[in-house]
Amino acid sequence: MATTSISVDETPRLRNLLMLADDALILGHRLSEWTGHAPTLEEELALTNIALDLIGQARALYQATGLDEDALAYLRDPNRFRNTLIAELPNGDFAFTIVRLFLVSTASDLYWRATVASDDPDLAAIAAKAEKETAYHVRHAADWLVRLGDGTDESHRRAQTALNALWPFTGELAGRPAWLRAVAPVLARATLTQPADGWMQSGGRDGRHTEHLGHLLAEMQILPRTYPGATW
Amino acid sequence: MNTPLWEVFVRARNGLAHKHVGSVHAADATMAVQAARDVYTRRGEGLSLWVVPSNEIVASDPADKDMLFEPTGSKIYRHPTFYAVPEEVGHM
Repeated sequence: MATTSISVDETPRLRNLLMLADDALILGHRLSEWTGHAPTLEEELALTNIALDLIGQARALYQATGLDEDALAYLRDPNRFRNTLIAELPNGDFAFTIVRLFLVSTASDLYWRATVASDDPDLAAIAAKAEKETAYHVRHAADWLVRLGDGTDESHRRAQTALNALWPFTGELAGRPAWLRAVAPVLARATLTQPADGWMQSGGRDGRHTEHLGHLLAEMQILPRTYPGATW
Repeated sequence: MNTPLWEVFVRARNGLAHKHVGSVHAADATMAVQAARDVYTRRGEGLSLWVVPSNEIVASDPADKDMLFEPTGSKIYRHPTFYAVPEEVGHM
């Protein structure tokens, strides 16, 4: 890598903005990986639309820090990223992608709806826009989840397998009691079994990530790190 | 794909009619509306969406084209081009 990585002094406000922005950027990048690989043209556009919503949210949040948004996205090392581990996990199959999107966007939607009334004017403005976007992400993912869970034997099996694998990563999601109340009825409609809460994965907020984040960032950051200041 | 085909209609503004824009594949009506939203309204094109099962469309027979449509060609007086449309009318 030709450029020097940056680190920033994190005030509580900056840390909160980075957590939100990194969640959106990393999940947005994961969803963008479906481009050219989605099961249908329609679903490819749906997933990339969601990816663009999330990357747009990330940009607005990075800009709200007052720092250089490109440097924050492209010049931080993995241990400086504050995203939840669930956002960085590889896409897996379509069921895994949908279950993860449902679990994460349900938490995001609850957060943005509450944050519309924030004292921080930047955050309140971002929330007003993001809340409408995440409301659609939840609807799309939930409608798919019900069709996968209550679909064929194979789609049910894949959805349940994904849910079981992802559940230990939900401990990092904000507002978990309200989130559980929102998630449970959809899982029931999808005829999926809600896993019991056991030992939970954590560490993403402190920069202790899975091995997957380094690979994701290598791909995402290689161009601006190899050709600093490159423009189209 | 053997998922059903749906015809998509978008209304761009109040006062306009829904206009056919294309089609999508989707398993059911709910997902067809979402697919239509995601494929055809990405650039702010729409205020309202209709989706209709493609196999519910009843079409005229191309062989009847001359019988159905040619007789109107000579009836220029049916065009409302002899009237000035007031500005306030808006879309017609």
